[in-house]
Amino acid sequence: MDEIYLDNAATTKPISEVVKKMEKVLKVNYANPSSLHKLGINAEKLVKEARLQISNELKTEKEEIIFTGSGTIANNIGIKGAAYRLKKFGNHIITTEIEHKSVLEIFKHLEKNGFEVDYIPVNKKGIINLDILQEKLNENTILVSTMAVNNEIGSIQPIKKISEIVNKYDNLYFHVDGVQALGKINLNIKELGIDLYTISAHKVHGPKGVGALYINKDIFIDKILHGSGQEKGFYPGTENTPGIAGFGEAIKHLPNIENIKKMKKLKYFLSQKIRDEIHNVIINTPSEEKSAPHILNVSFANIKGEVLVHSLESENIYISTGSACTSRKDKTSHIINALGLPDNYREGTVRFSLSQFNTKKEMEVTIKTLKQQVERLRKIMGGNR
Amino acid sequence: MSNLYLIRYGEIALKGENRYMFEDILKSNIKKSLKTENEDVTIYKTPGRIFLKTKIDQDIVINRLQKIPGLVSFSPVEEVALDYDEIKNVVLKSAQKALKNKDYINFRITARRSNKSFEYDSMELQYNLGEYVIENIDESKREVDLHNPNLDINVEIRKNSAYVYSEVYKGMGGLPVGVTGKVGLMLSGGIDSPVAGYMGLKRGAKLIPVYFHSFPFTSDRTKEKVKELTEVLAKYQNNIDLHIVDFTDILTEMNEKCPNDLITIIMRRLMIKITELIIEQKNGKAIITGESIGQVASQTLEALKVTNEVPQLPILRPLLGLNKVQIIDLAKKIGTYDISIQPYDDCCTVFVPDSPETRPTIEQVRKGEVDLNIDDKIKEAVENVEVIHIEGY
Repeated sequence: MDEIYLDNAATTKPISEVVKKMEKVLKVNYANPSSLHKLGINAEKLVKEARLQISNELKTEKEEIIFTGSGTIANNIGIKGAAYRLKKFGNHIITTEIEHKSVLEIFKHLEKNGFEVDYIPVNKKGIINLDILQEKLNENTILVSTMAVNNEIGSIQPIKKISEIVNKYDNLYFHVDGVQALGKINLNIKELGIDLYTISAHKVHGPKGVGALYINKDIFIDKILHGSGQEKGFYPGTENTPGIAGFGEAIKHLPNIENIKKMKKLKYFLSQKIRDEIHNVIINTPSEEKSAPHILNVSFANIKGEVLVHSLESENIYISTGSACTSRKDKTSHIINALGLPDNYREGTVRFSLSQFNTKKEMEVTIKTLKQQVERLRKIMGGNR
Repeated sequence: MSNLYLIRYGEIALKGENRYMFEDILKSNIKKSLKTENEDVTIYKTPGRIFLKTKIDQDIVINRLQKIPGLVSFSPVEEVALDYDEIKNVVLKSAQKALKNKDYINFRITARRSNKSFEYDSMELQYNLGEYVIENIDESKREVDLHNPNLDINVEIRKNSAYVYSEVYKGMGGLPVGVTGKVGLMLSGGIDSPVAGYMGLKRGAKLIPVYFHSFPFTSDRTKEKVKELTEVLAKYQNNIDLHIVDFTDILTEMNEKCPNDLITIIMRRLMIKITELIIEQKNGKAIITGESIGQVASQTLEALKVTNEVPQLPILRPLLGLNKVQIIDLAKKIGTYDISIQPYDDCCTVFVPDSPETRPTIEQVRKGEVDLNIDDKIKEAVENVEVIHIEGY
């Protein structure tokens, strides 16, 4: 049987349209977009075209999009650039406890370098506490950064409410990490008053090594990289034309409303069946309207997540653990801790993440195999006599 | 142009009748370590010394020779005709060469004359050559220092030629791999076992590493890690056959049938049994482990007694006298440390009992193994062992 890939929140398989487009760019449009000759101009056109595709999707102006080397790099450019620029107005910055490493580590770095940081906690559903956010905000606050969709349990953050709270303050930029949100939930960046927004190509069946950052044209941020001026000087260096063109192509094929409905249905089916067929499970992902359509996080009692991942892998089904290393408590992520799971469930946390290309048949096979493997492992590992 | 190297070995010279065999093995190991370079390598013996002649890049030769057990030290040397004028020119050249890396030389000349027909004796050579260097190098850049020289130019007058050298590289010492025989190495992904293997290599043992893989309880990444560790060891042994045992079924069965508090010790016994069965087929003579006394539950003296009872072959524990810091330092020196600390599950951390028995008795363990009927599974594991041949270079 073909592999069943349910690790789409980690990365996705590039669709063939993307691969074809990139192959063509590599073979034909290999020139440097900065070159004066027509080959260069043709390459530049491809970058422009992709920029337009992305700005159309995000409903922004095309000048507001810069391409970067990844979501992580976009986060670095946006967050550090904003913090450095607004330093003269204050040194207080805010993020949440459940951010991706590529945001958390930047805040830790800034904390070491003279900024005061508050990390907003989340409730049991993985949604940030707005009262605490309100409490922490003050005239000294210059930056708030939050993710739109949590990568581990899929919870959707109330961006609209957060925006209403933070936009009362002047000299404050609002950054949103939209890496898991792109193509999965509707977010109108402009209407929501978001100043900086991060996305990445490889989470939407595009290539690895390309991200993008939306920078509201009404704001100014400092440059953290320096070079020959590409991407308005924010991400200098010769453009990754095949990657950028591939990103543009992937954007053209984002899931439509029908696809999203299908993903939601499959996820619901998977979650219901797990609950019905397997004892002692806790579904960590919040209910349908409060979570993204592609992520389902589940904890199984008396199982080690890593071992379950490997067991399913031997049946050609690919999922991931809830967090990088569940066997050591100090390394369990804030979000898994925030769920308040009983001890014997915490280590058994795994994530299923779907794409628009998964099928019902695949879910059925997954559930059947999962049931067998969980029972087998519980028998082996629960054998405490 | 060919470069010549003088190679010194220590313990081999002490080993009486076996000496010629040892020297031949060392010669062959040196040759093997350079064979990937596709250049002619000439190796010949003179009493107490081995000479290596090759066009291979000097940095490569130095790097490879430093990883050959049995080799105490070596020097790139220049072979000179038995002619005083030629010798003195070469000596002056090495002093001038040294001044490229140093601002100042405190030098001495060390001469040895085994060829008594040469016109000067060693004292005269030292005096004359030293004077020649003094005369030809600016006063501000040189001084004679017999006791703490930063440059010791050696001149050896032998039967057919003279040899001049000033650099001495330290080798690993010990005995050439292969002279003592083959031994099994129980290799996990941890810090200790590769170091134990290295200690065995230094005593001339040819390693047969055995790794117990228990997918899905240990990740395939751990297996990759063990392969990487073996690649490092292969640089000292030239090539290694890594043996990978599929341990999952046995582990599962054991976990089901044996008392929880004895699982670690019984697992250890099974691993030793399987290792012995594998290496006996290859004429292995002992089993090396990375154990120390008292580090973990399976390493109390009582536990060691219970595991020692399993094999006919001796279990060698070369890390016994080292503490963890010393082991880590060695691992860094060998080049295995950075691989070992990659955060993949070490063998079977999944099956760690809640409170392991630290003072097991043989009776207790035998009783704990009563329900275990896995001779077939053991036979199967031995027959189906996966062998991966790994070349050092």
